[in-house]
Amino acid sequence: MSDSPDIRSGRLGSDELAANFGDLHPPLSRSEALIEADRCYFCFDAPCTAACPTGIDIPAFIQKIRSDNIRGSARSILGENIMGGMCARVCPTEVLCEEACVRNTHEEKPVEIGLLQRYATDPIIKDHIQLFPRAAASGKTVAVVGGGPAGLSCAHRLAMLGHDVVVFNRDDKIGGLNEYGIAAYKTVDDFAQTEIDYILSIGGIEVRKNCALGTDVMLDELCEQFDAVFLGIGLGQSNDLGIEGEDKQGVVNAIDYIAELRQADDLTKLPVGSTVVVIGGGMTAIDIAVQSRHLGAEQVHMVYRRGPDDMSASAFEQALAQTSGVTIHHRAPPKRILGNGHVTGVEFETDAGKLVLFADMVFKAIGQRLSAIEGPVTKNGRIVIDGWHRTSMDKVWAGGDCVAEGDDLTVTAVQHGKVAAVDIDRYLRGQDDG
Amino acid sequence: MADLTSEFLGITSPNPFWLASAPPTDKAYNVNRAFEAGWGGAVWKTLGEEGPPIVNVSGPRYGALHSNERRVIGFNNIELITDRPLQTNLDEIRQIKRDWPDRALVASVMLPMTEKAWKENLPRIEDTGCDAFELNFGCPHGMSERGMGSAVGQVPEYIQMATEWAKSAASIPVIVKLTPNVTNIVPPAKAALDGGADAVSLINTINSIMRVDYDTLTMYPTTDGMGTHGGYCGEAVKPIALNMVAEIARTRETGALPISGIGGVTDWRDAVDFLALGASNVQVCTAAMVYGFKIIEDLVDGLSTFLDDKGIALQDLIGKAVPSVTDWQYLNLNYVEKAVIDQDLCIKCGRCHVVCEDTSHQAITHTVNGERHFEVIDDECVGCNLCVSVCPVDRCITMKQTSDPDGDKLNWTAHPNNPMRTS
Repeated sequence: MSDSPDIRSGRLGSDELAANFGDLHPPLSRSEALIEADRCYFCFDAPCTAACPTGIDIPAFIQKIRSDNIRGSARSILGENIMGGMCARVCPTEVLCEEACVRNTHEEKPVEIGLLQRYATDPIIKDHIQLFPRAAASGKTVAVVGGGPAGLSCAHRLAMLGHDVVVFNRDDKIGGLNEYGIAAYKTVDDFAQTEIDYILSIGGIEVRKNCALGTDVMLDELCEQFDAVFLGIGLGQSNDLGIEGEDKQGVVNAIDYIAELRQADDLTKLPVGSTVVVIGGGMTAIDIAVQSRHLGAEQVHMVYRRGPDDMSASAFEQALAQTSGVTIHHRAPPKRILGNGHVTGVEFETDAGKLVLFADMVFKAIGQRLSAIEGPVTKNGRIVIDGWHRTSMDKVWAGGDCVAEGDDLTVTAVQHGKVAAVDIDRYLRGQDDG
Repeated sequence: MADLTSEFLGITSPNPFWLASAPPTDKAYNVNRAFEAGWGGAVWKTLGEEGPPIVNVSGPRYGALHSNERRVIGFNNIELITDRPLQTNLDEIRQIKRDWPDRALVASVMLPMTEKAWKENLPRIEDTGCDAFELNFGCPHGMSERGMGSAVGQVPEYIQMATEWAKSAASIPVIVKLTPNVTNIVPPAKAALDGGADAVSLINTINSIMRVDYDTLTMYPTTDGMGTHGGYCGEAVKPIALNMVAEIARTRETGALPISGIGGVTDWRDAVDFLALGASNVQVCTAAMVYGFKIIEDLVDGLSTFLDDKGIALQDLIGKAVPSVTDWQYLNLNYVEKAVIDQDLCIKCGRCHVVCEDTSHQAITHTVNGERHFEVIDDECVGCNLCVSVCPVDRCITMKQTSDPDGDKLNWTAHPNNPMRTS
């Protein structure tokens, strides 16, 4: 192998890239949706609903699809989960609602709940059809820090309940990981921003961009200026491997590269290595590995320190990586990054001894951690909350990935924002029982 | 393979499946295709008297009740009798009978209620060589407004009168086709018998409106914004037809009258239903209109295989289930069944629980020892069969007898709670 790394753009033509980054699960036509909806057994105390972190009444929304009541169906979905459109695309349904579907027992093929949810919500979101009128103005204003799924869910629910909201967003675009972190083929056609436009169209939500907590705005100031504060700040820092050679060129945080990919106007101009090594075993590791292949990387290795069952990526995601041409290695913790100025490879430790994989690029996808924050009590690098998402600070609630109850899922973050908003509303209206 | 050769009123056909008088039998072209596909016989689309041709609407004639997969469950039509010149039909009937001598070919007729009309028209039609007449006293739309079709079939005296006219004008067998748009099918069947009918066929279609158009809030379908009730048929009407067939078959006065069973026959099992409940053959229309003539392959093959499995001849099947049909008052009230849920087959959808809980007898659990678990509470179960009916898994819930098989029987006629008891 040559000394200079093989990292370049334009490995694939624009047509091929467009195909590679097209919809992972194309939407259902009306005929497909009606046929699929007919498969729902309308279960009593439905296991799918119990498995949904936001508690969407799934049989109810599917029944409404069957009867061509799309607005009613979307109301059932979005009433519990205002990001029902994005969740229909990114939820690991194979370990949530669809895993619980009784059709698995009957015929080993669950109802395609995710695709049905997308069918019901897409037209509503696209046409900005308002399903939830705002309650009479309360005169209260709430600060929401973080424009990701938790923050936007909280903001929308608060707006619905009659409060005014100001969202403070670190980045130039709101959406958080929906905008910057999720694999492109899961949310095509700029859906993240389409959905955000819809969420904001309820009114009463002001967005302040490029406004980071701790630098541009301070928590104590927010507590003074607003009636309540919700923190949905996610995990701002990528974890380090803590091994030798980590500072070499070509060693990149997966999350940063995905953000670059998601914001790229022209994927033919995005450089990628010929041989790529991904370190990690979660969704982000899968996303970066698959997208590297889709960009034209010749060889992509995904290396995880433990076994397949320990991976937080679902079996479906692992299979997706493998069918995309990613080689997955298990039980191989990284030992050191090799190379001079630029990375040339990674050495791993395995039961069978040393494993060396050559690499033009190395992606680190071993999770993120909370950026330093002053104020609320944290534990194990997460903000501590109670059952209603109250932090240790008066008037401050938190949710999403930044709290211990977070699990890196959009749907969980949405639920956190919703629950916190209900409690904030109760607090603001003086119904707080303490 | 069991021989399906069928004899009905002395007319033999290679199988007991005839196409009913309807759009599929309006022309030689269609009937030829049907016979090539293997149909045992055909009842020609109803002929009227000589005169200016019948005029049909040029908008929708058909409407359908669909499942979400757009399977046609029910179907209706407002088509009138043949709108082609009588002589054209007669020429084609003659030719078809000549080309297909082994198939049954029956002429359906609908004529005004004058003896003259029957006297004049029947011999001319019979001259084609057709095997029998079927008198259309059933069509509930259009022609009934002109005093024919179901307008006749709803008045037993008219049935008898017209049947007598037909019998005296015809030398071939006469089948009377009955309308289901009556409260009791036995008097019309009895009237046909009294008029000399050789057989009855039933059911014709049922008065129906398919639905409303949700955009225009008019009925659907319409002709230029107005609609009229049509005749309902297809799978959805089979249970109604089966009851009427069985009523005629089990009634003493009409029990010997041969029956041609019609109403929703779609696969071979539907034919078994009709035959076992007293029909000697069956007629099919909607299934052919929905799937084409090729369905005859399943009908013939399925019925033949079934007879092989049962080890019986076609003739043995006819009427086999009639003795099991009775009045409610003769049901054994000492007999007790309870539902049993096979836990190995249960997929835990909970449909049995919720319908029992909401609408019946609160006899099925949803949680046992903290686990999602559905089982029957025998003390509460009345054996109603609702859970069996709604369970999506075949054979998961079954009914098991819990009363003593050797115990005394007791029906309502002798029940102590019946003040009119006879014993």
